Amino acid sequence: MLDFIFSHPREVLALTAEHLWLVGVSMLLAIAAGVPLGIFLTRRPRFKGVVLGGNSIIQTIPSLALFGLLLPLPWLGARADRLAVAALTLYALLPIIQNTYVGITGIDRPVREAAEAMGMTARQILWQVELPLASNVIVAGIRVATVICVGLATIAAAIGAGGLGEFIFRGLSMVDNHVILAGAIPAALMALAADQLLGLAQRLLARVGHAK
Amino acid sequence: MNDSPAIEFAHVQYRTSGNRVLLSDLNLSVSRGEVLMLLGPSGSGKTTSLKLINALLTASEGRVLVEGKSVAEWDLIRLRRHIGYAIQEGGLFPHYTVWENAALVPKLESWEAGRLRARVEEVLHMVGLPAAEFAARYPHQLSGGQRQRVGLARALAADPPILLMDEPFGALDPITRAELQREFKELQQRLSKTVVFVTHDVSEALLLGHRIALMDRGTLRGVYPPREFLGSADPAVKPYVDAFRAMQQVFQT
Repeated sequence: MLDFIFSHPREVLALTAEHLWLVGVSMLLAIAAGVPLGIFLTRRPRFKGVVLGGNSIIQTIPSLALFGLLLPLPWLGARADRLAVAALTLYALLPIIQNTYVGITGIDRPVREAAEAMGMTARQILWQVELPLASNVIVAGIRVATVICVGLATIAAAIGAGGLGEFIFRGLSMVDNHVILAGAIPAALMALAADQLLGLAQRLLARVGHAK
Repeated sequence: MNDSPAIEFAHVQYRTSGNRVLLSDLNLSVSRGEVLMLLGPSGSGKTTSLKLINALLTASEGRVLVEGKSVAEWDLIRLRRHIGYAIQEGGLFPHYTVWENAALVPKLESWEAGRLRARVEEVLHMVGLPAAEFAARYPHQLSGGQRQRVGLARALAADPPILLMDEPFGALDPITRAELQREFKELQQRLSKTVVFVTHDVSEALLLGHRIALMDRGTLRGVYPPREFLGSADPAVKPYVDAFRAMQQVFQT
């Protein structure tokens, strides 16, 4: 079963690294955009429908179609990995924005009110109250997004962006399960590892954040 | 400073964004060092009035003055750090220890470390929670009464001249409540803060207040010292007095 993996360790490692890179860059971008967007929505809730709705629509577009849709864009379409990162970032955004919003709006009213009444500035409330108390919910969103991202990144191989999907598509065209597994198994392990790691972070933050 | 009243409401009205009037034409002044009890059923506008003082809400009409200056003219942050605020269940930060909760406002005011330390210890001691034992605990590791004490310590920490209290003892068992009421009375006599205290409990109002402001459906029915309150002929006061007398009788027989 695993003989292909063991006979091609370098190639497997290289594609795993490429996969990690695609997912890593996409997640960093999604967090950098998603958390501030989520915070923005708690301040201007009337944009909630537009942002979350628009994002839900993106989620419903099949990944291959999204790659195709982004293709004609000038700078993005020029390179396959840019395209892949853009698409993955878009997919990862929704759970992050949503959880940031829910995490912050879910803080007990008396706690927020006390923070205001004590004369904390909006910035102090954000950094000292809202983000610490919402952190485990935000990380839960990042966790979901990362797992989705690891899976979707395999499709990126279809547009030549590399990653473990290479093996999967190659195996499919060769009708060779061993090659498919050489992509599928590391990808699955990566998803599981990310899930466990972020799950651990979430539990630690829950302990610090709510001390319950 | 000036000798204007600590807090003054002048023709204050408050409407919600949906145009519901929660408070109409409120005129009331609280002198320095006075404990004013806002008494009334829920929905009578007590908490609304309280929140207008520290600008958690903004009056739709009329003016709220703190130390002679309109709340709108105060720097918002300065105003709030000038006014202590204690609420039911404490509203403590769950991720902060007792110490961190109590130290909040002095820290925001960037007190120097030694002064901060001494003050937090003092204020925790004042509310009956010795720092040695309680400083490192989190709110969820405390009883309801202890949380309330931390809430009070937090409100007092930066030594604000004005204290707003919104049913601070409302969620406590009767024994703890009586204990905290007694301690609060002693503390107030010692510190002589200006206090506006929201309650729906007549005996609490009679016990703690210099004056009782009776509110009903968004209007102020009258302001009475406890003795006058008990003797008032106002039909709005009567049910409260009756309830109080009935309770006294139960204990006397």
